[in-house]
Amino acid sequence: MTEAAFARALLDPEAALPAGIIDPMGRPAPKRFSVYRNNVASSLTRALEAAFPTVRKLVGEEFFGAMAVVFLRAHPPRSRMLMLYGDDMPGFLEGFQPVAHLGYLPDVARLDQAMRQSYHAADSTPLSGSEFQHLVNEDIGGCRLSLAPALRVVRSSWPIQSIWAANADGGPAPRPGSETALVLRPDFDPRPHRLSEGGGALIQGLLDGATLGQSLEAAEGPVDLPAVLSLLISGKAIIGVSA
Amino acid sequence: MLDQTRQSLPARAGVGYKPQHFSAILADAGAVGWLEIHAENYMGEGGRPLAQLRHLAERFPISVHGVGLSIGGEDRLDRDHLLRLKHLCGWLEPASFSEHLAWSTHDGAYLNDLLPLPYTSATLARVADHIDEVQAIVGRRMLLENPSTYVAFAETTMGEVEFLAELARRTGCGLLLDVNNVYVSGINQNADPQAYLDAFPLDLVGEIHLGGHDEDCDDLGQRLLIDSHGVEVVDPVWALYSRVIAKGGPRPTLIEWDNDVPDWTILAAEADRAARLLEPAG
Repeated sequence: MTEAAFARALLDPEAALPAGIIDPMGRPAPKRFSVYRNNVASSLTRALEAAFPTVRKLVGEEFFGAMAVVFLRAHPPRSRMLMLYGDDMPGFLEGFQPVAHLGYLPDVARLDQAMRQSYHAADSTPLSGSEFQHLVNEDIGGCRLSLAPALRVVRSSWPIQSIWAANADGGPAPRPGSETALVLRPDFDPRPHRLSEGGGALIQGLLDGATLGQSLEAAEGPVDLPAVLSLLISGKAIIGVSA
Repeated sequence: MLDQTRQSLPARAGVGYKPQHFSAILADAGAVGWLEIHAENYMGEGGRPLAQLRHLAERFPISVHGVGLSIGGEDRLDRDHLLRLKHLCGWLEPASFSEHLAWSTHDGAYLNDLLPLPYTSATLARVADHIDEVQAIVGRRMLLENPSTYVAFAETTMGEVEFLAELARRTGCGLLLDVNNVYVSGINQNADPQAYLDAFPLDLVGEIHLGGHDEDCDDLGQRLLIDSHGVEVVDPVWALYSRVIAKGGPRPTLIEWDNDVPDWTILAAEADRAARLLEPAG
């Protein structure tokens, strides 16, 4: 038996049983081998179900289960950190013919992934509203903000935050249009918030290390700065200010 | 934090920790005297999992049980994963650390199952090297768990007990005796579980696992048990366990229930059953 043949047969149901795999009487044991094959498929499917709850809700449990097996055979985890398994899912969905009519699905998967990354991201200590006020008093445009490690931005030409809310909370039916989701984790539970395109560009600028003034300028659209800042503060997402 | 540095678990009942039981455990742990976590679930950077673990570690001795090292595999051990394990054991200072005689990674793909290996002098040397590396990097003695198996290998030349005992002798590691795995493998391999346990070096056992399994049958209609960790421990396994502690003395004993996880009261009742068997042996 080589481990390579064993591993190949686990991920490929058409592959021949690896040589030298026997039952206690020395006979070939395909059904016994299939216990391992089933364990691999079902345990990785469970990991994907946990990782992509919104995608699963949109396509249905049965379809998701079948799609997960196609995915995991082509993209087995490369890390033992299963909590973050599924990096390749958005790209896989972009090319997976049976969901080609659901154009928003890859971005929904990106949002599910961002929520999961946020859940496991490092803790941080936020600035309170008054600490923030005190620090930016002088020249707000010249300030750089340090944002919480649990913050994520997902920009999409689909209404992804509304799609998420409709599925998670029974929110209203999403209306067509692009949305940016800002994932904040004030304590332990991440939540996506809807931002305008300009708001999303502003946050991206801050994440890239630009000043508030530069980020606003680069945003190229109307940005309700007080609203964005108050969202960041209430989401405990500003952890430092430097001039 | 509770002083975890004694580096041994109490000879009491423990359970595999599931986040849905967090409040129930803190309210009334019943007979449960320690908790086991799967190392990989606590290798994130922060958030609720680590916050809960810090709380639990103030109240209970913790056993870190790895499922992803692939000690039995042909690949070199994953350096990043070993360092994550070292980091976890560093800040948590758990009372025990254990892993499996199995492989789970090939050519960089992580298969998320505990896969079997043939027992030969070549695999023995390889696994011993891997255990040496783990113990050197994590900086502590580990316990190695006997697997549940569904197939046999034509090339196997050594018995499993002999293989485990020799690994312990070469590396100084201890053993984790999973009595359900002994039963499951015994039925699946046409071998007598009691004979396996009679030969097992009980003095090296730092921890015992008990869990539930499912029943199936193989291509030829032979009974085939599946180590599912999704139901109660069966009576024949309790009987084997009783004889183990009668012979070897009380040992830290874990109830494993990883799938279809029940309400806390059901899991606590299983732990209580183990605790009642442990007491007269103590």
